[in-house]
Amino acid sequence: MSDQSKRTALVYAECAEGKLRRVALEALGAARRLAGDGGSVHAVLAGGGSAASPALAAAAAELAARGAGVVHVIDDPALAGFAPEAYAAAIGAAVAAVQPSIIVLGHTAAGRELAPRVAAALKGGHIADVTAIQVPEDGGADAILTRPLYAGKAFEQRRLLPGASCVITVRPNNLPVAEPVEAGSEGKVAALAYAAPPLWTTVRDVVRKASGRVDLAEADIIVSGGRGVRSADGFAPLEALAKVLGGAVGASRGACDAGYCDYALQIGQTGKTVTPKLYIACGISGAIQHLAGMSQSRVIVAINKDPDAPIFGVADYGIVGDLFEVVPLLTAEFERILATPGS
Amino acid sequence: MQIAVLMKQTFDTEEKIELVGGAVAEHSVKYIINPYDEYALEEALRLREAHGGSVTVISCGPGRAVEALRTGLAMGADEAVLIAEDGLAGNDRAIAAALAAAVKSLQPDLLLAGLFAVDRGAGSVALQAAELLGLPHASAALKLEIRDGAGGGGRTAVVERDTEWGVETVEVPLPALVTAQQGLNEPRYPSLPGIMKAKRKPLREVTAAELGLSADDLAPRTERVALLAPPVRAAGRKLAGTPGEQAAQLAELLQREAKLF
Repeated sequence: MSDQSKRTALVYAECAEGKLRRVALEALGAARRLAGDGGSVHAVLAGGGSAASPALAAAAAELAARGAGVVHVIDDPALAGFAPEAYAAAIGAAVAAVQPSIIVLGHTAAGRELAPRVAAALKGGHIADVTAIQVPEDGGADAILTRPLYAGKAFEQRRLLPGASCVITVRPNNLPVAEPVEAGSEGKVAALAYAAPPLWTTVRDVVRKASGRVDLAEADIIVSGGRGVRSADGFAPLEALAKVLGGAVGASRGACDAGYCDYALQIGQTGKTVTPKLYIACGISGAIQHLAGMSQSRVIVAINKDPDAPIFGVADYGIVGDLFEVVPLLTAEFERILATPGS
Repeated sequence: MQIAVLMKQTFDTEEKIELVGGAVAEHSVKYIINPYDEYALEEALRLREAHGGSVTVISCGPGRAVEALRTGLAMGADEAVLIAEDGLAGNDRAIAAALAAAVKSLQPDLLLAGLFAVDRGAGSVALQAAELLGLPHASAALKLEIRDGAGGGGRTAVVERDTEWGVETVEVPLPALVTAQQGLNEPRYPSLPGIMKAKRKPLREVTAAELGLSADDLAPRTERVALLAPPVRAAGRKLAGTPGEQAAQLAELLQREAKLF
């Protein structure tokens, strides 16, 4: 198995708003472990447009400092907007250059679109939404990758079959970021030749989310509302608490179906599966399909009027009470605590 | 306009998952059309109502998937294709290859699918099929409009899609794959006449071999080594007192005990 323990891994290092995303460093950490001690790790960075170049250079330096042996940079106008075929081709160019057996991406909006295309083009496998990786002590061969089924009602562990290449997408917030390497052993940064494919996708318009708003998938703290919020305006106290905590606002299917908020906020088996450090469920009863989407959170708080609500069955801390009374008080408590230095 | 819709039959999302002998227990489980595929089918039916043409629903799975296809026909699809393969569960690339082969023979103008299936949740199969077919894609559609090309150009799909960076509007030439996000539409229920009519609509069964797929096309690249129940989460404690006391206790516990702040 010596050929397998010396694996070559390639990371697609995703950037957002001119910065390397944290999940890119988590993907790099996964790639280093999967490549094993004798393996080699490459990263590919792709972007385009006049503003991209300095941002790509900074991102490349960070990847090189955290264990990417070679960072391949593609800076091309075709990559200015997100045309998935252009980005898939960028990964394809890096694949052709380094011949990896493992390709790691974040399981993000972009990664979810690119990974299947890269996998199919390579006749490889795709293990999606990986939440844990176990690597045997002797290196990267026979790594076990854990991923949720039914949004977390069960988990499966998979392994790569020998001789095949495989694309792996890692769920944000679940795996450790790649640690910096010793000074002097940083990787190289090199431009990679890229011929843009014929572009299918024309980006007509982007209505950006309000800046500073934390994305649900990467949020450390989520304040989530259910039918108990009773109206769209009922989300205001939740927004205020999330703002103080630096978190994101989510919702149950009940709240979305009732039209209190956008479906983009829905957490559950339909909707998004989240694993924040802290999940505060307000006025959410805890239907099975909602629990599936959030019960892997580290700490769960439930605030609900109904003492028998199933959400209390998974909550570390429960408050039986009116969210409209409790949530503003909690916001005030945290404003006070977080304003105190050294707390 | 010829539209093909990829569908998967899944467990109802209210089902509990029980593991028996290293497998997910399937006895007395309620099956549904994957909710995201239902949005895709509804959109296909609305586009057919607006532009004419036909809608074909395609599924690859065990024999019971016929029920999902019949429901699709009862909702209004014109014909159905079942790729009857029991042994491909979890083998995304083989399922993608089989679906791509079935789609290829239909030559649709538009291919629709759900963003992901609520059971495996990978969201990989439809996009792998698009890659194998050489089709463009637009993912996570919240709104879909078919536009006739200007100056004799081909038709395009204009898609408002849900991304992490905001709502993005893209245009792709047809034929293309569009995947449906929640919020695209409100799927209809099958009507009684629809259910009656569905019984007479064509439902073909084919095998991977009949689609011309080779052993290499179907060969898995990964394998499952274990199936696990999620870690059990014990209920914690309920905090007593007035709302003010409860809030203060909670903030204190999150800070000192859970060490979150």
